[in-house]
Amino acid sequence: MSSKSANVFVKKYICRGLLNCANVQIRNLSDKNVKKTSLYNLHKKYNGKLVDFAGFYLPVQYADLSVSASHIFTRKSASIFDVSHMLQTNVRGKDCISWFESICPVDLKGMTPGTSSLTVFLNKNGGIIDDLIVTKVKDDQLYIVSNAGRLEVDKQHMLETSEIFRKKGNNVSIDFWDVTNRALIAVQGPKAANSVQPLTDINLDDLMFMTSRIGKVAGIECRVTRCGYTGEDGFEISIPADEAENIVEALLQSEDVKLAGLGARDSLRLEAGLCLYGNDIDENVTPVEASLTWLVAKARRSEANFPGADIILRQIKEGVNKRRIGIRIETGAPARKDAILRNVNGNEIGMITSGCPSPSLGGNVAMGYVAEEFKKIGTELLVNIRGKDIGCKITKMPFVPSKYYIKK
Amino acid sequence: MVLGSIMRSATKLSRSGIPPCCRRTFYSTDNKGRYYTKKHEWVSVDSGVGTIGISSYAQDALGEVVFVQLPEVGRTVAAGDECGALESVKAASEVYTPVSGTVTEKNDTVESTPSLINKSCYQEGWLFKVKLSSPEELQQLMNQTDYDKYLEESH
Repeated sequence: MSSKSANVFVKKYICRGLLNCANVQIRNLSDKNVKKTSLYNLHKKYNGKLVDFAGFYLPVQYADLSVSASHIFTRKSASIFDVSHMLQTNVRGKDCISWFESICPVDLKGMTPGTSSLTVFLNKNGGIIDDLIVTKVKDDQLYIVSNAGRLEVDKQHMLETSEIFRKKGNNVSIDFWDVTNRALIAVQGPKAANSVQPLTDINLDDLMFMTSRIGKVAGIECRVTRCGYTGEDGFEISIPADEAENIVEALLQSEDVKLAGLGARDSLRLEAGLCLYGNDIDENVTPVEASLTWLVAKARRSEANFPGADIILRQIKEGVNKRRIGIRIETGAPARKDAILRNVNGNEIGMITSGCPSPSLGGNVAMGYVAEEFKKIGTELLVNIRGKDIGCKITKMPFVPSKYYIKK
Repeated sequence: MVLGSIMRSATKLSRSGIPPCCRRTFYSTDNKGRYYTKKHEWVSVDSGVGTIGISSYAQDALGEVVFVQLPEVGRTVAAGDECGALESVKAASEVYTPVSGTVTEKNDTVESTPSLINKSCYQEGWLFKVKLSSPEELQQLMNQTDYDKYLEESH
């Protein structure tokens, strides 16, 4: 689930008032402040509806499919998403693992080379600076994919912390891939493996969920990681920028594969119960409050040496006041970000952080935060949508069962 | 309809569902029957009753509509009042009435089949009707020519 979209998207295009924000001038394609990914021409060729998303021109959808049709197609077949806007970082040096563990609660020491993990950058209060996927390439090499919406923050955070680490005599170097020289695509869906396999020399039967390997795709050396942001089986393929178009075109030769945009990406990740940074998690919530306690590795709890460890470990032991939960509204309007949650007595007990109609299930899905005593699955609540309190229920996430490629 | 320029293709109109006889007026630049707001609602008046909907530009920007909330019949509204909402998978958008008066009818068919708004925003996909209390308000709205120019300039 490495590819997370940015809060900017939600602020501009998903939440109410999407249509308020009239400041995206796609017409002015020479806007120097908005970057093009290496798939920009391909998006135009296939009639992508391009928007400025976190400073990059990316498609919300393509003209041939509505967002819900594209969503359903991904769940039944396979879709390609351009996620080149995300920050790809290479870390090298014999001390890279201890540096990384000094800013994240992941157990990198305990991970086998070639495996990946979801983790979070934490601030000193245990708040989430960003969520990201880290791959332990080797004992002295890491590959990181983090959010476009946090690109500058992440860069600064990695540079500053590594600088301090180096001054203590450690060996670690950080190298950011720019969008002009590296692309990243996600191929997601039950037919993703069958579509990618004929083009690659990697035996995908052996490439388990959250493992990563270098191999040829359509003759080009790429990094293929079995992960994604849809709840489906699939891959993220990191590609030299000038080869990205060729690889996507090669994949599109299969009828099982179509292009998909940011719209479907958001509804897919929500059904899969995956967080969107800036909406569902931010610097003001800890992994414990965000129901991501599993990200705080057992080995790291005893070491207690990650940022905010005192606060996070106390929360694990003593509990928290609010918790991220899933919400289902069976019929009617979807609850969007900032909708107020009330208990059946009408008292305010929480807030929605993201929500949309569910193309797979019908009705609506959402996530949000409630006071701890209301977090139980099945709790009936009220959500205020345009002035009316509508019945809703706390529901287990993922809303749609995940289909990751895991050894049974 | 609160609407921003999330895309350029204001002219890429959905034609499916519109009877051939209407296509001419659809593309006409001097349609005198329809008046538009800057928020992309339209109103067309017949015998003092205005029929209200959203423009093709608006439905295209919003995407496939999956839920519709309309005002209750009998409600008194003032121009600019929020009178309902349209939801697509990716976005929600409020609908504002371009004219003041009393709601006389709402389109039950779009409530059960919201995608009509995408297929036929000027015909079957109308939203509600208002008996005008201040017909002079129409002068504040844009005619087709002005609206086309507005789309051209601002989006």
